Amino acid sequence: MSRFAYLAVLVLVLVGTGWLELLLRTRVYARRRRLALTLVPVVAVFCLWDLYAIAAGHWTFDVERTTGVVLPGGLPLDEVLFFVVVPVASLLTLEAVRSVKRWEVGDEAPGDCVGGVRVDADVSDGDAS
Amino acid sequence: MTYTELAVLGVAVVVVLDLGVLRTRLLRRRVFWTSYAIVVFFQLVTNGILTGLRIVRYDGAAIVGSSTPLDAPPPFLGDGRIAFAPVEDLLFGFALVVLTQVLWVWLGRRGVQRTPYSGPPRIAMPGAAEDARR
Repeated sequence: MSRFAYLAVLVLVLVGTGWLELLLRTRVYARRRRLALTLVPVVAVFCLWDLYAIAAGHWTFDVERTTGVVLPGGLPLDEVLFFVVVPVASLLTLEAVRSVKRWEVGDEAPGDCVGGVRVDADVSDGDAS
Repeated sequence: MTYTELAVLGVAVVVVLDLGVLRTRLLRRRVFWTSYAIVVFFQLVTNGILTGLRIVRYDGAAIVGSSTPLDAPPPFLGDGRIAFAPVEDLLFGFALVVLTQVLWVWLGRRGVQRTPYSGPPRIAMPGAAEDARR
């Protein structure tokens, strides 16, 4: 099999979730800044984990079926992309569920409307009408 | 540390982060568990491809089960494997997903592109804007 086998799986994930942004208006890609600020620490932490695992021999990669682009520490580019693609897919899923079910996620501003119900302001706010 | 130990540690860290440190409390919301149910299904499929085709191979010393065989796929189920992948991968994936979603929600709560929310435009309720400013 080709060097793009791993990459193909990632493309599958991107395509499989990308439609949510368009059809369910998840607005994950649209909120670029928030997405970038989320991804930076995630990619950093999981690349470190990966580097440790590679150094300790926990797992190895098939050189025939990865791009062959390897970062210092033996980290394949494919893995780094995995830590971008999978988190994006998980956010698209979260926002898609919110889009459909109108459930609270926890980032709503007090006073905003979720599923026809106003999110509670602080306890001190007695005005419920 | 083994992969098993690290994976358990990873889950513990994100749980503490969500419930204790950042207090996003996603793990107590049905929106999280519903989305996670969807994510974990597709994780089993995609990770099954990566591990079943042996694009990623595991060392038996680091996981509950045994090493990925050199010339054959690992067991589909059993010997510490679920859909070809080590059970540890489920914990790894859980930590990855929770960390991502917790940071996303935390940033939104701090006002980083909190809106536009997902879904069609919400109906503004009278007085909502005034309340938000208080």
